[in-house]
Amino acid sequence: MSKPIITTQNLKAYYITHAYGVERTVQAVDDISININAGEIYGIAGESGCGKSTLLKVLLGSFAPPLTVVGGSIAYHLDDQDIDGVNLPEDEKRDLRWKQISYIPQGSMHVLNPVRKIRDTFHDFISAHRTVTRKESLKMTSSYLRDLGLPDKVLGSYPHELSGGMRQRVTIALATILWPKLIFADEPTTALDVIVQRGVIQMLREVQQREGSTLVLITHDMGVHANLADRIAVLYAGKLVEEAPTRTILQEPRHPYTKFLIESLPSLEGREERNSIPGRPPALDHPPSGCRFHERCPLAKDICRTIDPEMITVGPSHRTACHVVAEELSHEPAI
Amino acid sequence: MSQQSNTPLLKIEDVTKVFHIREGFSTTEFHAVDKASITIEADSPKIFAIVGESGSGKTTLARMVLGMETPSMGILQYRDRVLAELSNKELKQWFYKEVQPVFQDPFAAFSPLKRIDHYLYETVRNYKMASRKEADAYIDSVLREVGLTLAEVKGRYPNELSGGQAQRVAIARALITKPKLIVADEPVSMLDASLRMSVVNMFRKLKEENQVSVIYITHDLATAYYAGDQVAVMLRGWIVEKGTSEQVLGNPLHPYTQNLKTSIPSVNVSDAWKEKIDLAVVEADEYTRTGCKYAGRCPFVMDKCHNHIPPNFVHEGRAVKCFLYEDPETMAQAALGEVVVT
Repeated sequence: MSKPIITTQNLKAYYITHAYGVERTVQAVDDISININAGEIYGIAGESGCGKSTLLKVLLGSFAPPLTVVGGSIAYHLDDQDIDGVNLPEDEKRDLRWKQISYIPQGSMHVLNPVRKIRDTFHDFISAHRTVTRKESLKMTSSYLRDLGLPDKVLGSYPHELSGGMRQRVTIALATILWPKLIFADEPTTALDVIVQRGVIQMLREVQQREGSTLVLITHDMGVHANLADRIAVLYAGKLVEEAPTRTILQEPRHPYTKFLIESLPSLEGREERNSIPGRPPALDHPPSGCRFHERCPLAKDICRTIDPEMITVGPSHRTACHVVAEELSHEPAI
Repeated sequence: MSQQSNTPLLKIEDVTKVFHIREGFSTTEFHAVDKASITIEADSPKIFAIVGESGSGKTTLARMVLGMETPSMGILQYRDRVLAELSNKELKQWFYKEVQPVFQDPFAAFSPLKRIDHYLYETVRNYKMASRKEADAYIDSVLREVGLTLAEVKGRYPNELSGGQAQRVAIARALITKPKLIVADEPVSMLDASLRMSVVNMFRKLKEENQVSVIYITHDLATAYYAGDQVAVMLRGWIVEKGTSEQVLGNPLHPYTQNLKTSIPSVNVSDAWKEKIDLAVVEADEYTRTGCKYAGRCPFVMDKCHNHIPPNFVHEGRAVKCFLYEDPETMAQAALGEVVVT
């Protein structure tokens, strides 16, 4: 197996602010170790405020104080080169983002320049990276948009003339036209209607498969993950609580939080009462001691209140951090 | 209940809202809601879900029910009174006591500069729900209905509450007047999945324990199915399908409802979509179509769909606005087609 395209080890990224002599630390990403393989779609799930977007910013190498990497490492493996993501000089980091990495930010339908036509925006973008004439860039843009099923007339439109879903798809096209190796997408389908969302999911998959790019996808919607991601990581309060292939995590979730996240979703299969989990994610400037989920966990024991659970392997490429699961596992006969 | 039981709580009859869009010298008429009819009976409380995508006219319909927008045509009747005929005084003193709104974004509904309990006390005062002395106890009892207490909320500004808490305070505020009908416009779309369920569960509880009917407007089919007793599906101003939620969302008949249902990303991996959809035509201007507004992307489109507006066909107690249900033969084909689609 080839080397993972991104490896993080015990990555810690905190927001550190100083106001009126008081230091405040928000532990938004705490002790996260993951491997993202080349050519896969890696989904990151969790409720709002659990550190998904912060993790993405750090992986993207696009962060500035107050967000600081306080520990751990990020290594990229691109073009057979190992690159240290934390200590990389800013200009090399920018070069990396320039050539290999693309980012579809949250609410990205608002990023298009409102006073430029779509084709001009594409030309600006392409000519910043490559030496192209206007004619070449237009040809490139129109053939790419056609491949993605977008009508030619969008080229001559201004962003306000397009619907939200269309703008979102144009932005995805813009972010991927130069075939980046790594694509980061932050909530790319939130705020879209279901039918449009389905089209955008389909498009992301096409774009990813075309060049075998790696896609790191953030969304709180488990349904979107189920239809797009190959593997899913579940974050809770800045910690990785479970990671497994999509099918495994949806069919046999082990961590109580993951179980809750999947079971609480209403579906069109039944109308029986579903329970919502009490409480809300903790504030990360003073995270709870021990397991960060213990305050809301129905299975919490004494050990959960004091000791931070370690990541344990519970199946093929399936790992979770939970004392209760660890205990169950120790009672099961060894295979 | 003192009302005669045969008068419905709310009757929406052929209600239409026309907006005029001026471009230079030409004016385009635009039917945001087109001949919508919904009846909510008074005898037993119901949750009536209105589902539709953005731009389907569901918010305009809600605003008309709340008296914030006057219908261009049609009749809106609350109990035995026509809404348009109410005086301002009656609106304020009677209608808004019985019908209360809950909006999408709780942080936009409350001023960030005012303490959130201010709204609760103000509503108590305006509707004389309790004396000055009893106000605290009354507000506390209402907050307990939504799983909060006055002690948790008192003196706090909206930004000190989580989204779910703020939305529950907004619902508590609506409950203060002891309403008979709550109109909730996308009340959970800003909330996380876990909080979403707590709000939707609360509507179910209010219906059962407090006898409150709810018009629940949403784009989320799953919560509509979960909470709604009755469902109406809107498309470009039309109600295309209407019936019980088991009928409409459990076994949709209109091709648009079928498409909506199959487009929900399911957490069942085996349900992942196999066939592709073509989005390019979705964006076409469906409001101005002469025939059926769904004809441009309907897999079962027939010639007459392009030129004629389909009437409502009543099929097993539900209304479907689609020519497929005109005669039994095409109906069987559509049922067959549904198997192909799903």
